[in-house]
Amino acid sequence: MSQSAQLLHEPWPDRPRETEGYVFAMWIFLATEVLFFGALMAFYAVNRWAHPAAVKQAAAHSDFWFGTINTAILLTSSLTIATADRALEHGLPRLARVALWLTLAFGLAFLLTKGFEYRKDLEDHLWPGPNFALVAIGARPFWGFYWIATAVHAVHVTIGLGLIVRLIILSHRRMLRPRQASMTVTTLYWHFVDVVWVVLYALLYLVGRA
Amino acid sequence: MTRRELKSVLLVPVATWAGLCLALAATAAYAFLPHAPVKPVVALVIAAFKVILIAAFFMRLDRASALVRITAAVGFLWLSFLFIFTFADFMMRSAGA
Repeated sequence: MSQSAQLLHEPWPDRPRETEGYVFAMWIFLATEVLFFGALMAFYAVNRWAHPAAVKQAAAHSDFWFGTINTAILLTSSLTIATADRALEHGLPRLARVALWLTLAFGLAFLLTKGFEYRKDLEDHLWPGPNFALVAIGARPFWGFYWIATAVHAVHVTIGLGLIVRLIILSHRRMLRPRQASMTVTTLYWHFVDVVWVVLYALLYLVGRA
Repeated sequence: MTRRELKSVLLVPVATWAGLCLALAATAAYAFLPHAPVKPVVALVIAAFKVILIAAFFMRLDRASALVRITAAVGFLWLSFLFIFTFADFMMRSAGA
């Protein structure tokens, strides 16, 4: 049995059909994720429509620099994982491994920065509980959205990091092959995490400046 | 590494990343411009541009089959239904009040 045939899973007759199958399945999963985050963003949109001035004032309290640095970190992590995927496809496993390690480092840096930002937010009483710093109607829903959306996103990042660690282990065991399902699916997932953050950045960090 | 490999493995991802960084700088700068018009629209349009760059070149929709492209588009189509029906309901309630 050839190496290529050994990598095939039931019920696929050949590699192109198998690849098409898991990429298709992953995009269906990502479509459900679009709706999951979309529902949260619909809540944000309604609140912003109803209380535009309060949302602008509330958003001005988010930390622009933490958000911008984290956006740059996540965009760069997308570059490194895209490089890993393409390097593996072209039979460059060493480059792929280095790029995966870099992606892991950027992902951890994102979570660390987010942790510092959360600490600052809590010190500024921006948790919409009893000691919430803002009084305008619309400020609490904004910050409620901020905590829920960024926490759920951080959970997604953490899951993505787990998948990347798995890929690194497979790579060190020389078990990663070009266009392998694990690599392609993890890459798509990680880029989607980036897509969600790009939209959250516009909604949370760019409102109420100047 | 051949020229073709270099282009696929490094040049395309780096060019996409550079485009994303420029868009990030543009959207951040515009947000701070005093009295700049339609800031929310500009921020969302640039975010959409970044999403398209990521989807096309990082997520490889530029080379995906029609089936995969349609599946990706359907997610956003249903998202548009979610927003249309949400705001149709919300704005009708406001009109009734």
